[in-house]
Amino acid sequence: MTTTTLAVLVPLLPFLGAIAGLLVGRTAPGFVRPLAVLPTLASLALAATVAARQGGDRAVEAATELTPTGSVPIDLALFIDGFAALTAVLVGVVAGCVQIYSTGYLRDDPRYPSYAALVSLFTSAMLLVVYSGDLMVLLVGWEVMGICSYFLVGHYWETPEARAASLKAFLVTKLGDVPFLIGLFALAADAGSFRITRILGAVANGGIEHPTLIALLLLAGVAGKSAQFPLHTWLPDAMAGPTPVSALIHAATMVAAGVYFVARLLPLFEASQAAMTVLAVMAAVTMTGSALAALAQDDIKRVLAYSTIGQLGYMTGALAVADRGAAVFHLLSHGAFKALLFLAAGVIIHAAGTNSLAAMSRMSGLRHRVPDAYWTMTVALLALAAIPPFAGFFSKEAVLGVAEHVVTGTGDSGAPAAAGWIVLLAGLVTALLTAAYAMRLWLLAFRGHGAEAPDHGRQPLAMTTVLWVLAVPSIALGGLAFRTLPDWFDGHDLGPTLTTSVLGTGLAVAGGIVTYAAWRHTGTRAAGVPLGAVAAHPQGDAARVEAEAIATHGPAYGDVAQAPDPADPGRLLLGPLHRHAAVGFHLDAVYSALFVRPVRAGASLVSFLDREVVETYVRGAGALPRWLGAAVRGAQTGNVQTYVSALFAGTVVLAVAVVLVATGA
Amino acid sequence: MHLAYPAVLSALLFCTGLYGVLARRNAILVLMSVELMLNAVNLNLVAFDAWLSRAALDTLHSGQALTLFTIAIAAAEIGIGLAIVLAVYRNRGTAHIDKLRDTAEGHEPDGPGGDAHGSDASAIPAAGEKAEATA
Repeated sequence: MTTTTLAVLVPLLPFLGAIAGLLVGRTAPGFVRPLAVLPTLASLALAATVAARQGGDRAVEAATELTPTGSVPIDLALFIDGFAALTAVLVGVVAGCVQIYSTGYLRDDPRYPSYAALVSLFTSAMLLVVYSGDLMVLLVGWEVMGICSYFLVGHYWETPEARAASLKAFLVTKLGDVPFLIGLFALAADAGSFRITRILGAVANGGIEHPTLIALLLLAGVAGKSAQFPLHTWLPDAMAGPTPVSALIHAATMVAAGVYFVARLLPLFEASQAAMTVLAVMAAVTMTGSALAALAQDDIKRVLAYSTIGQLGYMTGALAVADRGAAVFHLLSHGAFKALLFLAAGVIIHAAGTNSLAAMSRMSGLRHRVPDAYWTMTVALLALAAIPPFAGFFSKEAVLGVAEHVVTGTGDSGAPAAAGWIVLLAGLVTALLTAAYAMRLWLLAFRGHGAEAPDHGRQPLAMTTVLWVLAVPSIALGGLAFRTLPDWFDGHDLGPTLTTSVLGTGLAVAGGIVTYAAWRHTGTRAAGVPLGAVAAHPQGDAARVEAEAIATHGPAYGDVAQAPDPADPGRLLLGPLHRHAAVGFHLDAVYSALFVRPVRAGASLVSFLDREVVETYVRGAGALPRWLGAAVRGAQTGNVQTYVSALFAGTVVLAVAVVLVATGA
Repeated sequence: MHLAYPAVLSALLFCTGLYGVLARRNAILVLMSVELMLNAVNLNLVAFDAWLSRAALDTLHSGQALTLFTIAIAAAEIGIGLAIVLAVYRNRGTAHIDKLRDTAEGHEPDGPGGDAHGSDASAIPAAGEKAEATA
């Protein structure tokens, strides 16, 4: 088969798997698991084959126009360069791992068939986004991912948190998607095509008339999808969905789609200095803010969600200094270790029966209950904190190194030096904070003191195996790949530079040590304050335990994000900032004041206009006939003799009239 | 005999009947007044039939034939009418037309209201007694 055929099959197989899974899910439950897992794995194999054949050489291109659509043609186009080939492999690996993990995680869930089909559909849409060479086809995949995310966040729709979170995720990403769509139209109007190759050609020839406007419009959609400030607020709440969904959609793949999109169209963004500076500021605010917020969260998955936002900030930072190689490198390694972090967190939540770090820090021996999750999570946290030689170190140093090149002016990219400074400083501060919250998570989850952790038996093999599968790239991807990856990408060197490596690693180690010291200092207070919110059915399958844990967190602590725990090292480190960081720096309150309340006021105004103004006219139109009816109704007394009298009088009048007419008077 | 005598008699009879229909309160008397009017018409029919057949304009005596029809129909009508009056009397305890105002607009059989609640107040308990009596 040709590479093109294989590449077409890559998104098609999970799509067919999703359709088949939805069709037979009720009638033949035995087929649901194979239909979920096998197409995804086959698609992974094909994506790997495509990547091997593409090999970082010239991009594979193919296009067919189904039907003429008017002014700007829409083609079913493939455009597979090194970025697309490797990102597709990452999507396949994470999706395959998540599908296998889900068979154990949701083994007793009655809605597993639709869940698995939606995950397959999502995988298909993501692969479509990755491979598509036409922006309209890319947009189709982009929106299908959005609706899959909505359904999957709301998987536990019995809980109000999940319902609210799914709606919020959908609305906030749509808020970005509207300018995104307008930006796509403006871009196509300028370039005369939706094809990525033609658009890049037009950018190279200077054929785009309004690059800043288009880039800023597109950035709104990217900020919504990739959870960048100021549209990131949906992502922490989206953790109300099942953990495998968080791992696949809200950590490894979908949220990386925005970064991937900018990477594809980077020359367009480079054409506008303003857009690059906005991108840099967005990345810096996102990085530092999310890292501070992560330090204050109590829900283990919300810590990871804020960490995802921060790592995506690194990627957009790399794009802001015009190096998409570093951005996609970090995308790949982050996809591996963040998926691992989430899947391990799912195992921990199941074992502990709670998602609260405060409750976990009052259990001893949790690491002996789930040794697989303990070791793999340790690996993934080291990768997250960018400790050499784990994957995160190399990819993060690639980002910081590029920023340093821009600052010192040794790079060959056209990024503004201000963007370089912003990204470099924010990246170094975030390295410190990242190590701090990674350390805090590890200490609270695995080094707790207190009652023995409950024994719920061995975790399912399907769940623990994939942890080790994902641990391999988390350890080795960076060290092995940083020399070969430039061949696949733009050819820029991705190796770590000495200055930023020493600075970054030093700051990370410092962050870890400070957090450890704070933990030793506050740890003695833990015994005094018993805390705990645990699931009602700890023997149930992991999905049920998680749903119950999410549902009990709010009632137990008064908030879904934080717990009143004096033994929390984050509370000591952040000081008075903790209160604000725990609620995401009140951004939700700001949105509520800026958007929600005006919308509600507008809605009540419309409702008033409808009820009181429009309906008054309707009622007025009915009133005149009613008054006439009331006037005539008085004649109807019920007395038959009155009626007959009126009849007689009428007859007489008619008779007289006839006589008068007949006689001609 | 001149046509004027039966015609005047018939007009008087009709007017008496019309007065009875419009003014009498008792349903039976109203029915009797209707009979008077019908018979006035019958008288007219017979008289004009005789007058016209004398001029040999109408040899079929259709006036007399129509009178027979009218008599038959009047018999049937009075039978049904009396049965209805009897049934109304059994249900309501009265055959006064003034008090039978169920078809009035705004008439509420069980509630106060309408223009006939003065008569309702006396009619409803009586209706209850009569319904028990016939049951």
